[in-house]
Amino acid sequence: MTASVFVRGATKTFGSFPALDNVSLDIEAGEFIVLLGPSGCGKTTLLSILGGFMAPSSGSILIGGKDMAGVAPAHRPTTTMFQDYALFPHMRLIDNVGFGLRMRGLGKSERDEKALAFLDLVGLKASAAKKPHELSGGQRQRVALARALAVDPDVLLLDEPLGALDLKLRRQMQDELKAIQKRVGTTFVHVTHDQEEAMAIADRIVVMNQGRIEDFGPPAEIYMRPKSLFSAGFMGEINLLPGRVLETAADGARIETATGPVALPLASFIREWPKVGDNVTICIRPEHITMATSASPIRLGEAVVTGSAFFGTHFRCHMAPSNASGLSLVAHMPQSANTAIGDRVELAVDPAALTVLPAA
Amino acid sequence: MRDIISKSFGWAYLIFIYGFIFLPVAVLVLFSFQDGRLPVPPFNGFSTQWYEAVFADRKLMAALGNSFLVATGSSILACLLGFLAAYALARYKLPGSALQRGLLIAPMTVSYLIIALGLLAVLNAMKIPLSLWTVGIGHVVINLPLCFAIIYASMGDHHINIERAARDLGANDLKVMALVTAPMLMPSILAAFFLSVTFSWDEFIIAFLLSRFDVTLPVEIWSMLRSGLNPKTNAIGSLVFLVSVAVLLVLELALFGRNRKT
Repeated sequence: MTASVFVRGATKTFGSFPALDNVSLDIEAGEFIVLLGPSGCGKTTLLSILGGFMAPSSGSILIGGKDMAGVAPAHRPTTTMFQDYALFPHMRLIDNVGFGLRMRGLGKSERDEKALAFLDLVGLKASAAKKPHELSGGQRQRVALARALAVDPDVLLLDEPLGALDLKLRRQMQDELKAIQKRVGTTFVHVTHDQEEAMAIADRIVVMNQGRIEDFGPPAEIYMRPKSLFSAGFMGEINLLPGRVLETAADGARIETATGPVALPLASFIREWPKVGDNVTICIRPEHITMATSASPIRLGEAVVTGSAFFGTHFRCHMAPSNASGLSLVAHMPQSANTAIGDRVELAVDPAALTVLPAA
Repeated sequence: MRDIISKSFGWAYLIFIYGFIFLPVAVLVLFSFQDGRLPVPPFNGFSTQWYEAVFADRKLMAALGNSFLVATGSSILACLLGFLAAYALARYKLPGSALQRGLLIAPMTVSYLIIALGLLAVLNAMKIPLSLWTVGIGHVVINLPLCFAIIYASMGDHHINIERAARDLGANDLKVMALVTAPMLMPSILAAFFLSVTFSWDEFIIAFLLSRFDVTLPVEIWSMLRSGLNPKTNAIGSLVFLVSVAVLLVLELALFGRNRKT
């Protein structure tokens, strides 16, 4: 089963500290949503409020169209998968997975059958009689997932479930989580501070900071067209080039920057139409800076390579533009570029990949 | 050379300490097999007549049964109350919880004699006749602080999320306690139970002052002693010691057997 989740103006204050500040969010049934942000951004608070472990100071939560105010965790159509898995250490896996069914009054044979099916879903059917301490971290995580799904929740809440796993296992579990979510169709709300994880699994990402939603959209959109400087910086490395709007036209604007004036299409302006005199920030991902060719529409001028390191898929280079002292850009040059420290290169950017946000 | 001296001194010290603790018990057990009327040297020969006498003694056997009843009954109650108190104080914000913890543990610092006299006065005032029940009440009073302290100490914060998960999956408070919290704490609950059983099993003052017709084993032994030394008292003493050792062994196995597994 699956259900939509609407958050309406949810606020949660601890003393005078606003952990969650007037957050509104529409999640469709069957979506895989990731709440992404640094620690203390309010993502776990929001998850706790969805799960019913915490009541919002104001605002409301609707799951499947029903107001959840005053509804205890046990009576919500949600289950939570905890960061430390919270498996029952004294029970066999089959009893762990069947616990929720037992609480719903199912007979032993029926719940064992169902529990086995869910253990099978996560690939642990053969270990049904084992106890949690006999399992590895990744296996425990799978059992926790099976236990949470066994009661057929409409919404599954996942509190940094992959945080304790090593990198390789985490990537593998991401794929499995995503595949299982597609299979069961349940709405997943997943909390993490790892933006790569968020991009790997989410249908839509909610970027949070200081109790507020900074950005909300599909991973590609958040990465390519971030709606805030925070979101732009949190999703990955980015160059922020300050500028000022010189003139505007029907199809774009000219902006004065430290590396010289650039003309940008209107589509680059994510938040508001440019007005002459506005201070803006141009956001450029390192991989969008290229060596200029005669056809390059936007040039950043000549720069000196001040640092270069090979990253496998690319060279990560530090560039000091010649006509902007003190400015340093990070650029990803192709493997074939063969850049060396001290080289002078002409830089260009792809206008379609740029976004312009109001200056901070 | 210095090594050998310090090592042998260490061994001598070890043997001395264990001898100091266990020699009286060894002598007691040895002379329970005395072939003669006096449990004092010289040892005349091996005989099990005094054990036969113990098992033939109806009053002693009745007292043994009473002790068993009181020890298990009062220990179960002390563990249950101690668990509930520990759960409440560890999981909920209660008014004056530090003070409440202190009050729960306080009886440990009061001598058994004072507790017995206090209970005697209260029972008299309430016109409750003395019986094995009143002995049991006394033993709950002395063992509850112990059970509470042991169980409370093992209630870590790492269990909170597990209980939360159980609640999230639909368990009510009673089911969380019975199906999740108590089984997780079983090693320490068993430790509390068996320690409590051994204390109740050996306890004399409270059992003496709060009982009348039905008495527990230590009280029965005391009345035997009034008629003078006799290898029969050694025999029953050995049996009491054997039971205590057995309980401690069960405790060891239950506790450390589990710890090794997890």
